[in-house]
Amino acid sequence: MITDWTLWLEWFIKSLVWIFALLGGFAYLTYYERRALARIQTRVGPNRAGPFGLLQPIADAIKLIFKEELSPAKAYKFIFFLAPILTLVPSIVIAAVIPLGPPIQLFGRQINLVLADVNVGVLYFMAIAAVAVYGIVLAGWSSNSKYAMLGGMRSTAQMISYELALGISLIPVILLANSMSMVDVVKAQGMLWFVFLQPVGALIFWIATLAEVNRAPFDMPEAEQELTAGYHAEYSGMKFALFFMAEYQKMIVICAVMAVFFFGGYLGPGVDKYPLLGPVYLFIKVFLLLFAMIWVRATWPRFRYDRLMSFGWKVLVPLSLAIVFITATGILLAEETGNPMWMWAIPAASVIAGLIPVVTIYRTLKRLSYERA
Amino acid sequence: MTLDLALFLVLALVAVASALGMLLSRNAVYAALYLVLNFVTVAVFYLLLGAPFIAMAQVTVYAGAIMVLFLFVIMLLGSDALPKSQVLPWQKPLAIVMSVLLAAEAAYLLVTKAKPAGDVLPPAELVNTTENLRQLGNALFTDYLLPFEVVSILLLVAMVGAIVLTKKEKGAR
Repeated sequence: MITDWTLWLEWFIKSLVWIFALLGGFAYLTYYERRALARIQTRVGPNRAGPFGLLQPIADAIKLIFKEELSPAKAYKFIFFLAPILTLVPSIVIAAVIPLGPPIQLFGRQINLVLADVNVGVLYFMAIAAVAVYGIVLAGWSSNSKYAMLGGMRSTAQMISYELALGISLIPVILLANSMSMVDVVKAQGMLWFVFLQPVGALIFWIATLAEVNRAPFDMPEAEQELTAGYHAEYSGMKFALFFMAEYQKMIVICAVMAVFFFGGYLGPGVDKYPLLGPVYLFIKVFLLLFAMIWVRATWPRFRYDRLMSFGWKVLVPLSLAIVFITATGILLAEETGNPMWMWAIPAASVIAGLIPVVTIYRTLKRLSYERA
Repeated sequence: MTLDLALFLVLALVAVASALGMLLSRNAVYAALYLVLNFVTVAVFYLLLGAPFIAMAQVTVYAGAIMVLFLFVIMLLGSDALPKSQVLPWQKPLAIVMSVLLAAEAAYLLVTKAKPAGDVLPPAELVNTTENLRQLGNALFTDYLLPFEVVSILLLVAMVGAIVLTKKEKGAR
């Protein structure tokens, strides 16, 4: 039983900071994405509202707030209303376990820069990611329209399939960190980031997260050409804005999670002396990872749906199981022989294991294109 | 009244209400959603009892994976609304008899076997640290190795069965 009211106040302030950071992050991520995409496509992008178009997100927000809200006559009203909320909440809630930096001293008390250091942080992330599907499924169903329904179905199948690879690719991280707490995962990377020890795991996690947040090239649930807009086809105004917000906040949060798991979280030179550098490093890492996401969107065409499924089930899941085995074996060998050099067998064997499917897919695609010609 | 008791009462109310909602709703999608709410409530119960791992596993497996599949199937088959008349007429009386039996049995056991609250052991100190997981893993792979392996083979058989069922037979069209 917690009676210390300052602790409640601390939690309240931390939560507010996260919510507003994500809100602001969402607004400026849309701007960032549009500018970066424009840059890649040699356009200018939004540059009219304010200096360099910096006020564009605010203009967009005002437009979305004043738009008329429609709901289809045959929609299931309550669920239709609930779905955007159910989509948005998980994207914010995941942030609770992300450590922003080492503990700092403020007003004579120690403040941990993490909202909740739970001992099952990794599993918490998985649990919330699993529940996040509901918003999209229900949006598709409650709209009572064919396009929305198809979008919802696609996203369900896709998210269930890639969640598996996502979960399994996290097991090497747990094994390497020897803990499920996000704070311990970051601390364990003091010597070496896990991306160097388990590059294939990082890649699988990255691909699976792209599918989880429905980003290109896995954006089938909202493929404009086939489904108009997929699960949110019937939504407008603020309800649509909530879906929009959820997608971009999920991008930010999941990039932060990626940074925590594989890129050393808040760690960087000088963090021990100046703990406030922690959030800065994390921000830089998230910024770069977000650029990678935008880059992927600008570069890759959308997957075909059957290929998406067979890629998820026949390539990512077995490969992630293989790297779990490789990681466990490497750690065991290093512990048993007392020679830490065995740890380097993990990345070497993982990369070899990862090359097998790459080569196989390449050869199959080449054969297919010969057959077609 | 302590905070724990108050939390328990509120949660129990939600759990029972969502279970009833699941049973009584005529729309399969709403029933599935009530069940999700019920699973999440049970997960919070586990948290209250100091078992975060089980709580998270409950949300991931039941609320996350299994119920999403249920919803998926309900939507795919378009069987969201149940038919007005009973499909199996003998089902209702049988269900009533069975549930009365179950309730009587549970009541008998509660009265005769249940210990007073004082006798329940509090969870060990270690339960909320990483050691919790380590102990769970150790127990699974030493004391309960055989059941663990049996369950994994059962799951494998189920998986193979599902794949075989979906495969078209050769020549059949």
